[in-house]
Amino acid sequence: MTASRGWRRFAWHAVCLAMLAALLYPIVWLVSSSFKPANEILSSLSLLPQKVIGSNYSEVFEGAAGISVWRFLTNSLIVSLGSVLGNVASCALAAYAFAWLRFRLRGVLFAFMIGTIMLPIHVLLIPQYTIFQRLGLVDTFWPLVLPKLLATDAFFVFLIVQFMRALPRELGDAARIDGCGPVQTFRHIVLPLTKPALVTTAIFTFIWSWNDFLSQLIYLNTPDNYTLPLALRLFIDQTSQTSYGAMMAMSVLTLLPIGLFFFAFQRFLVEGVATTGMNG
Amino acid sequence: MTALRQRTRTRYGDRPGIAYLFLSPWMAGALLLTVGPMLASLYLSFTNYDLFTTPRWIGLANYRRLLLDDPRFLTAVWVTVKYVALSTPLKLVAALAVAMLLNRASRAQGFYRSAFYAPSLLGASVAVALVWRVIFDTNGIVDQSLSTLGIHTGGWVASPRYALLVIVALAVWQFGAPMVIFLAGLKQIPAELYDAAAVDGAGWWRTFRSVTLPMLSPVIFFNLVLETIHAFQAFTGAFVVSGGRGGPTDSTLFYTLYLYQKGFTEYRMGYASAMAWLLVIAIAAITALLFRTARMWVFYAGEDGR
Repeated sequence: MTASRGWRRFAWHAVCLAMLAALLYPIVWLVSSSFKPANEILSSLSLLPQKVIGSNYSEVFEGAAGISVWRFLTNSLIVSLGSVLGNVASCALAAYAFAWLRFRLRGVLFAFMIGTIMLPIHVLLIPQYTIFQRLGLVDTFWPLVLPKLLATDAFFVFLIVQFMRALPRELGDAARIDGCGPVQTFRHIVLPLTKPALVTTAIFTFIWSWNDFLSQLIYLNTPDNYTLPLALRLFIDQTSQTSYGAMMAMSVLTLLPIGLFFFAFQRFLVEGVATTGMNG
Repeated sequence: MTALRQRTRTRYGDRPGIAYLFLSPWMAGALLLTVGPMLASLYLSFTNYDLFTTPRWIGLANYRRLLLDDPRFLTAVWVTVKYVALSTPLKLVAALAVAMLLNRASRAQGFYRSAFYAPSLLGASVAVALVWRVIFDTNGIVDQSLSTLGIHTGGWVASPRYALLVIVALAVWQFGAPMVIFLAGLKQIPAELYDAAAVDGAGWWRTFRSVTLPMLSPVIFFNLVLETIHAFQAFTGAFVVSGGRGGPTDSTLFYTLYLYQKGFTEYRMGYASAMAWLLVIAIAAITALLFRTARMWVFYAGEDGR
């Protein structure tokens, strides 16, 4: 009986691990390829380079066409961190009003906010582009960060609203008795307690803006302003295999921050998905 | 109870201005970046607009042209429909299968759950799409492996027959997010139901069909709606795998890719706006349709006793 149970547990682990190995194979292959010479990359299934080389990375850091990968990394960081700050601040403010304050249009505005969650951005893209073009902001980071400062990611407003609503209402009463107005209640009571939702918002905003491609493709035109996804895109047009090494190295560098975030915050990430149905 | 809660929590009603102050960034965004642009793009969809000259009203001409006179548009619709119809069910089946595999009392469950979820975070990146492109390229890993098995497909990326499948595979690879949601749903199913099924002598398949599926159907529905809406808007994978062109021979010309080409490489922004509105209408219609069918197969445990 126990023997068969032990065997079944072993089989379960074996199946899980085998599937996991297959699933993660492309990523491991990518990392190993970044240390291979270009001619070995395309066709070699092997996860161990025949000869480990670091020249792919040095090539990327020296830079193609005079621009080092540091520049792209910095640009990506500016966009992502700007988005994080914008989203956390603006979504928290809006969520507090929806969850804790009373005002006449609350029902209507809340319904509208929910309605925008599923709206395809494509229907906004062209007028938004026209606006930013008129303002002379195309080819700057503003079109990527400004919308976050204005809480256009309604999903996160909703996420924080749900969290704030679940806070015990006695806290609000106590604060009021102590003479706190809505602003103090927000600053001293609600905001500190909402930290987990804000962290979830920050992590997902970072990863989503880090991965974002379409809006960066549209708004950033000169190579000096390129983010990592756009720099990687330059490799698409090159059909020669000689650039594969640099491409793999830059891909690894692009995925690295996401990987680090994943290891640091995996509980937050997975719980965030499980409880909110968020689509990573 | 909820009424009481509402009242106690929101006694700042005497100073409603403060609420709008908190709401002001969001309201500015909603007006300037959502409502305004929505109306603007609706207007632009009836015009000829190239970003640099004033839009010229041409009535329904963009829509007429799209539906009657643009074979590439119809190709884009067909490619996208094929992509949604293939990737969404495959992704959800993979997600459910792995969730059921992992739904087991084990200390390792948390580790596996995180590990299987990882591709969902990475997969949206251009970097991973590039890897896919190399893996499925002519003489790439997949081509070579199949060739040694005697199957000569000649590289998937360059083949009009298989290129779309590369992007489908990339989507299915990211089954982790719906899997995590399924797993949370599976844990909610009361163990008594499984005990009762076992007492009744139900086998694995019978239990799956009569207990798991109905109890999980709200979660299945949720994932189905979400994944369908997302799939219609897929862009990065198609752009990277096809080099931004949607080839070979338009076999990966996704709807959003064609919209991007029209709007931002040809600067036919009125035309692209019309495409955007047709996309919104299509997504709304399909979502409504899914909600319609939900009545037939989505089972809410709470409703049964009424």
